[in-house]
Amino acid sequence: MKTTKLNVALIVLVVMGIGFSFTTSNKVTVKGSDTMVILSQKWAEVYMKKNPGASIQVTGGGSGVGLAALINGSTDIANSSRPIKPAEIEKLKARYNSMGVEIPCAKDGLSVYLNKANPVTTLTIKQIGLIFAGKITNWKEVGGPDATIKLYGRESSSGTFTFFKDNVVRTDFSPSCQTLPGTAAIVNAVKKDKYSIGYGGAAYAEGVKDCAVKKDDKSPAVLPTGATIKNHTYPISRYLYMYLKSKPTGEAKAFIDWILSAEGQKLIEEVGYYPLK
Amino acid sequence: MNSQSPIKQTFTKESLKKQFRLSEFLSEKIITSVAFLSIAIIFLIFIFVFKESLPLFSFGNKAKPNTEIQSNTDKPETYGAATEELKPETYGATTTEELKPEIYGSEPVSNEELKPETYGESKKEDLSVPLADEPMDAVSENKEGADNTWSTFFSTEWVPVSDNPRFGLIALLIGTLKVTIIAILIAGPLAILAAVYTSCFASNRRKEIIKPIIEMLAAFPSVVIGFFAMMVLATFFQDVFGYDSRLNAFIGGVAMALAAIPIIYTISEDALSAVPKTYTEASLALGASKAQTAFKVILPAATPGIFAALLLGVGRVFGETMIALMATGNAALLSANPFESVRTFAATIGSEMAETVFGETHYSVLFFIGSLLFIFSFILNAIAEFYVKGKLIKKFQGK
Repeated sequence: MKTTKLNVALIVLVVMGIGFSFTTSNKVTVKGSDTMVILSQKWAEVYMKKNPGASIQVTGGGSGVGLAALINGSTDIANSSRPIKPAEIEKLKARYNSMGVEIPCAKDGLSVYLNKANPVTTLTIKQIGLIFAGKITNWKEVGGPDATIKLYGRESSSGTFTFFKDNVVRTDFSPSCQTLPGTAAIVNAVKKDKYSIGYGGAAYAEGVKDCAVKKDDKSPAVLPTGATIKNHTYPISRYLYMYLKSKPTGEAKAFIDWILSAEGQKLIEEVGYYPLK
Repeated sequence: MNSQSPIKQTFTKESLKKQFRLSEFLSEKIITSVAFLSIAIIFLIFIFVFKESLPLFSFGNKAKPNTEIQSNTDKPETYGAATEELKPETYGATTTEELKPEIYGSEPVSNEELKPETYGESKKEDLSVPLADEPMDAVSENKEGADNTWSTFFSTEWVPVSDNPRFGLIALLIGTLKVTIIAILIAGPLAILAAVYTSCFASNRRKEIIKPIIEMLAAFPSVVIGFFAMMVLATFFQDVFGYDSRLNAFIGGVAMALAAIPIIYTISEDALSAVPKTYTEASLALGASKAQTAFKVILPAATPGIFAALLLGVGRVFGETMIALMATGNAALLSANPFESVRTFAATIGSEMAETVFGETHYSVLFFIGSLLFIFSFILNAIAEFYVKGKLIKKFQGK
């Protein structure tokens, strides 16, 4: 009997311990965009090394997941690779009577990937949009060989998908667009498929060709490089955001200020994205 | 724990009564509750899944405000305008500015740098032309309100994230069936023949080698199989058959066959081994060869078990998510060509559930798909249970 009681006592202790560990610690939680997970983790890691008292917990899940968690109050900071949607602001307002605080913290270029064997090297934004909307289906329509265009894209839960849809395609994606989980999968698919086109972060383009993008027919073609993304001559670039319910205070404020400082911004390039300046 | 001295053991009516031991009592109760818990959990999951899809069935206007994009339908290209009244804080100060939440930080993003503006005026004009030129065709329209997305269920387009979302389940259903049929056509014969070989022909030593190895296939995580299919099988089969799209239903089917083979194999093997020895001995004694015995006597006698194995294999393929996500291309195309990309039910849930907003139509539709999957597997199991046990067994046992 004694051991049974001891076991019960132990279980109760463990349960209580777990319970308390959730309530008493005052760590900053960061949740959201999978694009930003590596970057956020790097930030948290370096910041915690500098400030041993700080506890910053980073999880991914996707931009929408992070913003939903912000609305539900289960995270302090939401990472998002797309701007907050009006519907989400509406929910924040209903719940916290606040518009949310937006903090652009890094820049990212969305690159259009082409297979290295593809003779096409430049496209206008309009052509890219029409290709992904399924209006242009053959490479010869954009000055390439007579071959069907294979489309690779992200699933609709991705922030990258939403950004590309809102800013480049501007209508529904073609139903023949194959959606793959993750940018790396798209790069791999494009690498193996000669007449394919895909999109994703500029940092991922390994083994594929970045498409030089023209704003319109007359403007020059720009390749996504660090310089062109930073000074906005490359047309498909975006901000990576952090969202909060209200102006940051305490630990979160210190962390964000540090991210925006030169020191935090310096880390961005190590991960493959681009600093604000 | 309870040490009772066995010296003066007198058997009275009391002492012969079942003694109450707490440990025994507890373990008995725990085992019972675990058994009932699994039943309860299955029901709870089903109730949860179905409950989340319920908003679809309310035919009122209640669900309408939940839908994702209700304000953008008239003018899709004005991304910021729809949000005007939502941001009074910054709105009052600068009326012409692109609307956005309050900005914090040393370097506020200026108006020109914000996303919708990044492309400059010329680009916006460029892209508004194709929008005006090509309005959605009538088929693709989603008549929200009266019948609330049901009208699009039987269309063929799956475009859940759109200004007027369309939830065409037909394309998904066809895609799922296509992959399932291909996978079972490959896995079924292979697994059953392998089972026949190991149970009827192979020597004991070979059997002991082959059986665990095939069963080890089941230990592969589906991500690994999916990745293998995406990187290796897709290229290989494209070189062999020369079809157009690299990731397609066929590749998905082949990869899922790898996942289904161990299940079908194990259960068929068990069924074949369970055929009474007397059948084999009688057949051999009558002068039938080993092959005749295997295919004319043992295989028919084991049919109910093999049928159940196939149904379980179908269930596995039907619900397989990761392989479908990685290898089938995930494009909801409606065609009979097995070498076209497809999108399956499970992959749709897997890829889209992550970021849907709780309570909106898209979310409910995904849960509705979940209920469909649940109902399908329930029906499969019911067929396996009642039809096989009831009819086939009686037929083959000559009752």
